Amino acid sequence: MVSEEVSKLVDSLIQKYDGHLISVLENIQLFCNYLPSDYLREVSKQLELPLRDVYGAATFYKTFYLNPRGKHICTVCLGTACHVRGGNFIIEEFERQLHIKRGKTTEDNNFTLETVNCMGACAVGPIVIVDGTYYSYFKTLEARKIIRTILKESEKVDITKDKRIFPVKVNCPKCYHSLMDNEYLIDGHPSVKVTISFLDKHGWYRLSCLYGVYNVESEYERPHGVVANYFCPHCHAEMLGTFLCPLCTTQMVSLVLTGGGSVHVCPMRGCKGHLLDV
Amino acid sequence: MPNIKIDGINIEAPKNWTVLDAAKFLGLEIPSLCYDPGLTAGGNCRLCIVEIRESGRSKIVSSCTYPVQEGLEVFTASKRVVNARKIIIELLVAQCPTSKTLQDLAAKMGVKKVRFMPKWDKCIYCGLCVRMCEEQMTGKAIGFTNRGYNLKITTPFDVTSEDCRRCGGCIYICPVCMARCEGTQPSEVLCGRCENSLQPTCLDIFDNYTCWMGLKGDCGTCITEKDGNNNDLREVKKNN
Ligand code: SF4
Ligand code: SF4
Ligand code: FES
Ligand code: FES
Repeated sequence: MVSEEVSKLVDSLIQKYDGHLISVLENIQLFCNYLPSDYLREVSKQLELPLRDVYGAATFYKTFYLNPRGKHICTVCLGTACHVRGGNFIIEEFERQLHIKRGKTTEDNNFTLETVNCMGACAVGPIVIVDGTYYSYFKTLEARKIIRTILKESEKVDITKDKRIFPVKVNCPKCYHSLMDNEYLIDGHPSVKVTISFLDKHGWYRLSCLYGVYNVESEYERPHGVVANYFCPHCHAEMLGTFLCPLCTTQMVSLVLTGGGSVHVCPMRGCKGHLLDV
Repeated sequence: MPNIKIDGINIEAPKNWTVLDAAKFLGLEIPSLCYDPGLTAGGNCRLCIVEIRESGRSKIVSSCTYPVQEGLEVFTASKRVVNARKIIIELLVAQCPTSKTLQDLAAKMGVKKVRFMPKWDKCIYCGLCVRMCEEQMTGKAIGFTNRGYNLKITTPFDVTSEDCRRCGGCIYICPVCMARCEGTQPSEVLCGRCENSLQPTCLDIFDNYTCWMGLKGDCGTCITEKDGNNNDLREVKKNN
């Protein structure tokens, strides 16, 4: 049977997006990283849409995934321009290195290999995107190097075997200054330093840079359930994003990832809502 | 009520009619594969195309989805339409050579050759089964998934659907599942033997069909079998 958590999340999303199927699916995917079947069934039940329509929409759009995706996404462009510049050799090299076929995910859920038909950057092709970083004039041999680097990085993170814990580097979305504090370590990694204000308090706040870990340190103790405003310590701009927290529907704080993409964290103390958008 | 002209015949058609309805009313034959009187029109197979001429221009539309409008001038069997239909049925046969319905239609339209690579698929994506399931069986168990080249008709997650009532309506209406043509092989995509050998004999003797039942030989009782060159098989046997 569907767990309560699933039906609660689906219900809150439907409320928020006025029952618009695509928005609901998009947000479920942001939260789960793919569209699990029990969520789709729940959406169909709550929206009173036949399951075949929900499933049809989920399979129609390429942005929706019905299978879990890896932590690291390698996208190889196979558009016309990149193809004539050797895109197919590049994808074959990736397939060899990762031992998976295109469109598949490695068994340890580490890598997903995808293809795309033109990124609009044909002039500097062939294009490969790994975890949001664009590589132009890609050479087949680089594939191995990139995969090695990623594997080495993720070896460093041995917090637990949790499949979704890895370090991120974030910047202020307004001034792009790095928010990483290399002197102050949390979990053995540089912490993310921001300024927060809540009630009548104003002070620093440090978060663990490990995605999926909720360890924080704070100048003032903040009680659970209190929402704070997050500011950049460099430009003092408030770092408010557009997403609403999938758990408590508070407006989330957006931080820009070095290399592209953004993370969204819930500013309510105690809420574990966070999203990764690469 | 809009006044329209189909193949030179004037007709006052009720507002909610489509061009296909009006043509059917007049007894004009338009091949309509994915149209069923009990279901909404899908406009998927494109076999029911007709030509519409207005102010010197002509366009091809699917008659099962085109509503009648005042002053419409419709041609159901102009050269352009017939040629376009032939290409469409050729494409459909190439998609599913094993469908008797398609082979019959192709034979009726006089298609001699299929110039496209046969796909030997099991579906032409006419959507009849989806509409049947939804509208007549209130099942909503099957639907279109994926898109483009990967389009497929299936139940959600490709597993047995809880919404399916096992009524078999989808199979009943499917032009591919229901009547199989066994006469096609990889070497010969076109069959049409059933349709081609049904030639009423009376035309050999009289100038008109003289069928008592008005069936133009559809029942097959007075039919002789013809060989490939349209010679009467009995005559051929007698002569040998
Ligand atoms: S058998 Fe199932 S899928 Fe087919 S029409 Fe009936 S309810 Fe629909
Ligand atoms: S399964 Fe049959 S009825 Fe359904 S879309 Fe395909 S050809 Fe048409
Ligand atoms: S073809 Fe690869 S970017 Fe256009
Ligand atoms: S019957 Fe009109 S498109 Fe198929």
